[in-house]
Amino acid sequence: MEESPDTFPRLLLHQAKARPGRPAFREKDLGIWQTWSWAQVADEVRSLACGLAAQGFQRGDRLAVIGDNRPRLYWAMMAAQVLGGVPVPLYQDAVAAEMVFVLQDADVGFAVVEDQEQVDKLLEVLPQCPRLKQICFDDPRGLRHYTRPELMSLDDLQATGLEFARRKPGFFAEEIEKGRATDVAVILYTSGTTGNPKGVSQTHAAMIQTARVLVAFDGFAEKDDILCYLPMAWVGDFLYSYAQMHIAGFCLNCPESPATVMTDLREIGPTYYFGPPRVYENILTQVMIRIEDASWIKRRMFHTFMGVAKRVGMKILEGKPDVSLADRLLYRLGEILVYGPLKNVLGMSRLRVAYTGGEAIGPDLFDFYRSIGINLKQLYGMTETCVTVCMHPSGDVRLETVGPPMPGVEVRIAESGEVLVRSPGVMKEYYRQPDATREAIDAEGFFHTGDAGYFDAGGHLKIIDRAKDVGKLADGTLFAPKYLENKLKFFPYIKEAVCFGHGRDKVCVFVNFDMEAVANWAEKRNLAYTGYTDLAAQPAVYALVRECVEKVNRDLAADAALGNSQIHRFLILQKELDADDGELTRTRKVRRRHIGEKYAVLVDALYSDRTSCFIETQMRFEDGRTGTVSADLRIMEAKTFSVAAARDAA
Amino acid sequence: MTTGGKIGAPILEIDEVSLAFGGVVALQGVSFNVREHEIRAIIGPNGAGKSSMLNVINGIYHPQQGAVTFKGSKRRDVDPHQAAEQGIARTFQNIALFRGMSVLDNLMAGRTLKMKCNFLQQAIYWGKARREELAHRAKVEEIIDFLEIQHIRKTPVGRLPYGLQKRVELGRALAAEPVLLLLDEPMAGMNLEEKQDMSRFILEVNDQLGTTIVLIEHDMSVVMDLSDRVVVLDYGRKIADGTPDEVRSNKDVIDAYLGVAH
Repeated sequence: MEESPDTFPRLLLHQAKARPGRPAFREKDLGIWQTWSWAQVADEVRSLACGLAAQGFQRGDRLAVIGDNRPRLYWAMMAAQVLGGVPVPLYQDAVAAEMVFVLQDADVGFAVVEDQEQVDKLLEVLPQCPRLKQICFDDPRGLRHYTRPELMSLDDLQATGLEFARRKPGFFAEEIEKGRATDVAVILYTSGTTGNPKGVSQTHAAMIQTARVLVAFDGFAEKDDILCYLPMAWVGDFLYSYAQMHIAGFCLNCPESPATVMTDLREIGPTYYFGPPRVYENILTQVMIRIEDASWIKRRMFHTFMGVAKRVGMKILEGKPDVSLADRLLYRLGEILVYGPLKNVLGMSRLRVAYTGGEAIGPDLFDFYRSIGINLKQLYGMTETCVTVCMHPSGDVRLETVGPPMPGVEVRIAESGEVLVRSPGVMKEYYRQPDATREAIDAEGFFHTGDAGYFDAGGHLKIIDRAKDVGKLADGTLFAPKYLENKLKFFPYIKEAVCFGHGRDKVCVFVNFDMEAVANWAEKRNLAYTGYTDLAAQPAVYALVRECVEKVNRDLAADAALGNSQIHRFLILQKELDADDGELTRTRKVRRRHIGEKYAVLVDALYSDRTSCFIETQMRFEDGRTGTVSADLRIMEAKTFSVAAARDAA
Repeated sequence: MTTGGKIGAPILEIDEVSLAFGGVVALQGVSFNVREHEIRAIIGPNGAGKSSMLNVINGIYHPQQGAVTFKGSKRRDVDPHQAAEQGIARTFQNIALFRGMSVLDNLMAGRTLKMKCNFLQQAIYWGKARREELAHRAKVEEIIDFLEIQHIRKTPVGRLPYGLQKRVELGRALAAEPVLLLLDEPMAGMNLEEKQDMSRFILEVNDQLGTTIVLIEHDMSVVMDLSDRVVVLDYGRKIADGTPDEVRSNKDVIDAYLGVAH
């Protein structure tokens, strides 16, 4: 048997030979889905690679890739790998100043970007990145009058490449031949909850071996379809879209624009879907809002059948026997009347497997999708391990865990409770940071995840928080802030929460409500408001949030270990936490310490007995200007429950 | 798409145009010209006759005196549909779209004049009619892409926020592939971000499609940034004409806007 291809370029050639006519990429352009077959993609990559080589791209050079998910940007990554170079995808919504660090750290000489917006950003920081000598753009719109010598359209680059290939017909194949599985395939910058981002170097071998395990795990094949809508700079997109398509030969579908993802989802009907919990949450919120606005017949029908689904849907999905015939028939009817049409509207009719990860998912959310027959599962992993550490196998899905370790992955719990991982997918290194690499990977080759967790009786891993974030209250009670925050965020009205309590005598919290859900709630009650800041000051909204906080407290009271970490006081922030203000990471995780420092005045007020506090904060708009928001914030007490009483009641 | 060009010879000449409704004089001997590929602004206080001027250009009003010369041919009385056939399209101060129809259908409606098949052929929708519709749809899709309104393609216009409706109306006008585009207060009632978007689109229409644009606008900063030349009307008379800088420093203009002690 022929040796299986061990680098991405070899896989590309393999796919182009094995299934030349099968679709590899689709993109909706001018309202029509355009398709490129594997053979066509190989040709496109050849001209791009030759074009880059003609422009002086050397083996080992880094190629920055910035933009929304566009076929040509993926092809540019393939082309860089053909030449033995390393693609470095960047977050496309980062402001120019944030890009400087990565461009300098990775010593980027070439960039392939989507459009004028990204070109403008790069030209702005060009003086700080003297190594950057060539910027190629996909969409020429608005760039007609740009005369900078660094700029070149991808069309021109490909034309140059074709010319180059005519002169050196053997070049493409020779370059692919030079590639080694141990070469670095991609550098992915971690969003970094603390300090500067770190470049994670992953080799062809690590990514390909991991992707092979994944493809076998869920049985992916060429007939599968996936919609790639998550940032290209995120490891998930590289692994699930890029790496897996190379192995399974399935088709990557690129949305028309970020605003049309829901429509595109419906038109493509992917068979395989990945999203962080907030994506599933947004979808559900929109469904619920539309149902509330629907006629009473539809509303009644929806609620009746969702009741049925909640009772038996998950058992039917998991093939459990203890479902009565009547319930099975009712569920079947519900499928025709409610679940089927609903899944169709959401573009989930053809979905075989859906994954969520990155953060804990709410029970209501998780159950909702599973009960209507969507095989939603959780996974656990990070950039440094090619994600894949633990995953739920179909048929053994439990909400509170992230599943058992994947084949080939060793998981060990350190004495401190930290989760350690050894697998083929563990990164080669943090790019040019040997100290950080030594700190993260120990002598035995175990990667220290920084997460705290433990195995339950069924062999599933359960993650509770970041190891360094798990703290103690003054009286010694365990304080897991993320656990509390997630419990709060599971309410549809609450978007973000930031808990404080380490070393203090009680737990207090900042809350951001969900603008869409609360605005709708306010409209129903004829509450007049002008915007977020105004709503945040309304007593009715405070009462709404207090209800949520008190429900969390009631839950906590039933838990012996965490019962004393109930929330005593809270306030609603006057602005939404935003990545542009440095309060969230680009993947929208809360930067708790930074927020604690920035809003120190508010934290102090929470731990005093004051009932209000004046605050003025800077906020950055999308165009880079800044403005200030000021408000007099109210601080409210929440009812707490006695741990013993709750246990007696239970 | 075609590409824009340098500002060229006059494409539209307004010569001593006067318009009165009974005793009310709307325009009095107004003369100015519009050159090919330029952005020409008409400004003035309320009731200065700006919208009347646009209505004269596209044939809704017929002036009692004076003449309008468009693309070299002098005309006096044209109807709006004839003006449209000659390549003049416009948007309105109060949005004029079919509110119950989708964005796509509204834009398709903007191509009515270019459709050559008759009612019967279209009803059967086979052969020529089908090919024609596909060609028109392709053109409309280019406009949708150009104005970045893919996400609302199938949304009924009535459900869209105001700023987007304005953008759709611009699209509807562009669908006719006009030589001359008349925009009546394209930015009225918009917030800052919507104004920036609209300004960008107006510049891109002018730059990339090469369309000549005449616009009425109240927001002075927008007018001064966008236009190549500005004509100022006050009480139906032309009081100034020139580049934004010239107009800005013109004494009559300052008086008309800020008021003057009599």
